[in-house]
Amino acid sequence: MAQPQTMDQAAAPEAGAQQATDMTLSVFRGDATAGEEREYRVPVGPGMVVLDAVHWLQANVDSTIACRWNCKAARCGSCSADINGHPGLMCKTRLDDFVGQVVHVRPMRTFPIIKDLVTDVSWNYKVAKQIQPFTPAQPAPFVMYQRDVDRGQEFRRCIECFLCQNVCHVLREHSGMDRYFGPRFMIKIAELEMHPMDTADRVDLLAGGGGLGFCNITKCCQEVCPEHIHITDNAIIPLKERTADRYWDPIRRLFRRRRTG
Amino acid sequence: METGMDSIERFEYDVLVLGAGGAGLRAAIGAAQDGVRVAVICKSLLGKAHTVMAEGGVAAAMGNVDPADGWQTHFYDTMRSGHFINNYRTAEIFAKEAPDRVFELESWGALFDRTPEGKIMQRPFGAHTFRRLCHVGDRTGLELIRTLQYKGIHCGIDIFQEVTTTRLLKDGERVAGAIGYERESGRFLLWRAKAVVLATGGWGKVYKVTSNSWESTGDGAAIAYRADAELQDMEMVQFHPTGMVWPPGVRGILVTEGVRGEGGILVNAEGRRFMQDYDPKRMELSSRDVVARSIHKEVQAGRGTPHGGAWLDITHRGAEFIRRKLPNMYDQFLHLADIDITKTKFEVAPTIHYTMGGVRADPETCATNVPGLFAAGEVACGLHGANRLGGNSLSDLLVFGRRAGEAAREYAMGLTVLPGVDDGEVRLEQERVLRPFAVEAGENPYQLHAELQQVMGEHAGIARDGASLQAGLDKIMALQERAGRIGVSGSRMYNPGWHTALDVGNMLLLCEAIFRGALAREESRGAQWRTDHPDELEDFGRINFVEYRDGDTMRLKTYPVSPMPPELAALFASDVAPGLATAPAVGPAAGGRE
Ligand SMILES: Cc1cc2nc3c(=O)[nH]c(=O)nc-3n(C[C@H](O)[C@H](O)[C@H](O)COP(=O)(O)OP(=O)(O)OC[C@H]3O[C@@H](n4cnc5c(N)ncnc54)[C@H](O)[C@@H]3O)c2cc1C
Ligand code: SF4
Ligand code: SF4
Ligand code: FES
Repeated sequence: MAQPQTMDQAAAPEAGAQQATDMTLSVFRGDATAGEEREYRVPVGPGMVVLDAVHWLQANVDSTIACRWNCKAARCGSCSADINGHPGLMCKTRLDDFVGQVVHVRPMRTFPIIKDLVTDVSWNYKVAKQIQPFTPAQPAPFVMYQRDVDRGQEFRRCIECFLCQNVCHVLREHSGMDRYFGPRFMIKIAELEMHPMDTADRVDLLAGGGGLGFCNITKCCQEVCPEHIHITDNAIIPLKERTADRYWDPIRRLFRRRRTG
Repeated sequence: METGMDSIERFEYDVLVLGAGGAGLRAAIGAAQDGVRVAVICKSLLGKAHTVMAEGGVAAAMGNVDPADGWQTHFYDTMRSGHFINNYRTAEIFAKEAPDRVFELESWGALFDRTPEGKIMQRPFGAHTFRRLCHVGDRTGLELIRTLQYKGIHCGIDIFQEVTTTRLLKDGERVAGAIGYERESGRFLLWRAKAVVLATGGWGKVYKVTSNSWESTGDGAAIAYRADAELQDMEMVQFHPTGMVWPPGVRGILVTEGVRGEGGILVNAEGRRFMQDYDPKRMELSSRDVVARSIHKEVQAGRGTPHGGAWLDITHRGAEFIRRKLPNMYDQFLHLADIDITKTKFEVAPTIHYTMGGVRADPETCATNVPGLFAAGEVACGLHGANRLGGNSLSDLLVFGRRAGEAAREYAMGLTVLPGVDDGEVRLEQERVLRPFAVEAGENPYQLHAELQQVMGEHAGIARDGASLQAGLDKIMALQERAGRIGVSGSRMYNPGWHTALDVGNMLLLCEAIFRGALAREESRGAQWRTDHPDELEDFGRINFVEYRDGDTMRLKTYPVSPMPPELAALFASDVAPGLATAPAVGPAAGGRE
């Protein structure tokens, strides 16, 4: 193993980080065919996050360890992983949360593994394409008040880390990817449906190919969201109500039709 | 189809866009009309580009909160901040078109913060005369990229994600396409194209203390230079005054200017609000070069904070306000630094933020000197001069992304046949890209990256002088030698060591360009502060330094800055910004803040 010299390319222990101690990181190494966790010792300085440790390993021990990242500031949603059993962002998970423990870093579980910590999330991009885009009646500028956009803005905080997709049992355990778009795209649809200027109708999509009915409101998605979006409470439940109105309540359905002319 | 040593998959397009940040996506949307076939190539997944990190806002003089604002004032602020080496025509087009580009985002689904009247809200920002930055809390870049991403996927554009371009191909003088590799497999891809739009962003990763994402290694600028494009104003590198300082792992992460825009004040270790000593008129909202230098000077004078910065304090705005207007900042400090910014002041220090220099581009079409090659966004040069105004980058991406895309489309439609590709050139490039695998016990790419960052921090920082710049250049040249012997191990599948090896080659080239420009510009102007030439000199205000390739040698030449026509020059006749004399006293420069 290479000598762990002080090379702060990966923002690892540097001068000033006096009380650097070692921790053990157990990282999944492998690809779609096979793999196992491998243990590494990493020097840890104050405030270091899991991503720093992985970078330190790449720079000093094994430059072939694959992981995705971009911003290292919890903005881009690239670095999702399973850290000691909890799905989270590697750049937002502090190592000092795990003092005295081995830190197990594994790829997200629901998506096929490409290599090490990198998974194939391309399915999400295919789903995104199936959702009818924002369709305003006229071009901007719009008059919209803050209260009209508050809810949409909540959903638009989404950084597409796909952690919610990763924990949703419909997608994970019942290989429901052909039946359900998953929580990320429920908030996408909710955002569009609740946009004051949108004229499109995605309710049939929700009830059909979108698979909203498969969600049984376990709220696991909401719990892992690093952006604290109330996925189930503010998006899925209202969408379910909307779909139920349309499909199960013929009188309201008629009423709605007449209203919208 | 096989070419030489390694299989390669081939594609054909009319317009190829390199980059899926704001500029690349807007260019692709602009190009994909009239049946023109467009592909976008990006190093990361779609929607993850560096642009996603932008926080404070997008500058556009729509006058929603300060009706006296208008394009003339935005133009005026942009030229003044750029210390007049910007291309005036680029700045004029920019200021005139920015509002429409922001409205267009709204038409495509963006949800900006609103004024009480239901219009797009605008916040004050450093050196903008009026409140001008349209924003969504402190996550404006995310809003911009998501809007363009979801517009783009319905425009019939092919998107190659996690694919790195390594070279532009040429047919004589003309651009003919590009070659690259897929990160997942390491396989080569080749795109023949009639026109190429370069939108690959900046190179903030050549510094260690940086706010930039990993992608900012300047690939596009380096690739363009190797294809004989001209690089301009490379010495102009922006230090953002406020990056995080402590703990070490977060050093450099941005603290948005929005904190000061929303009323945050800077104080030194002695508790003095020191900006009153440097720019009493604009205080914390002075231009970035001034604020960054002021913090630097305070630290040099021994009045720095425990970890070598200044205190930033916004507690007086109250917890509710801070959490609503700056939610990411609140979260970022709480999570990464155990600091609650609603309760306590925090340390900040300058961090590398933006590269004003880049590929010289035409104001109207974004065309470069290489026929068929267009450049937009941070990789391009012309708009910002010696110092970029906050918020001007996001509108730059929109205005010139669109122009580059549309110009590339028109250019492509004017060509009847695809330019030819030289298989020999392709084979040489494949050899170059794969070389690190053949080197045994070679140089460690991460080590070289760390060393080049060290050199840049030491010799091309905020304060520069001739002797130190020369020493830095010598060190970079020595690192370039060593980079020829970089070795990597493992397979071509998703191999970060290999990727870094290629990035380092690009970064070293741009480091050289930064040093050469900084040495030649024997004056202080905007972001360039030469302690051995502390004054801004009229003669240097009339030229841009341009670097170009001569075989394997980098050469430097100058172009004259084109003079403004009389009606624009007249805007600068008095010291008062246009619109200000008649403006109600609400803008920051009008003394409307405490
Ligand atoms: C933290 C932070 C906050 C900021 N806040 C603001 C703000 O509030 N307002 C503002 O105006 N500006 C802001 N900026 C600046 C602004 O975000 C950037 O200048 C701008 O986003 C650059 O956009 P771009 O489209 O030119 O390139 P980028 O967004 O950098 O995108 C570059 C694209 O090129 C691709 N690419 C690069 N190399 C290759 C290659 N070899 N092959 C294929 N693809 C490649 C990348 O994958 C990426 O898709 C901020 C910057 C930072 C870092
Ligand atoms: S609430 Fe619905 S979407 Fe969320 S995890 Fe449970 S089943 Fe999946
Ligand atoms: S909703 Fe939350 S968890 Fe799901 S992708 Fe978006 S940010 Fe990630
Ligand atoms: S690297 Fe961007 S979210 Fe972690």
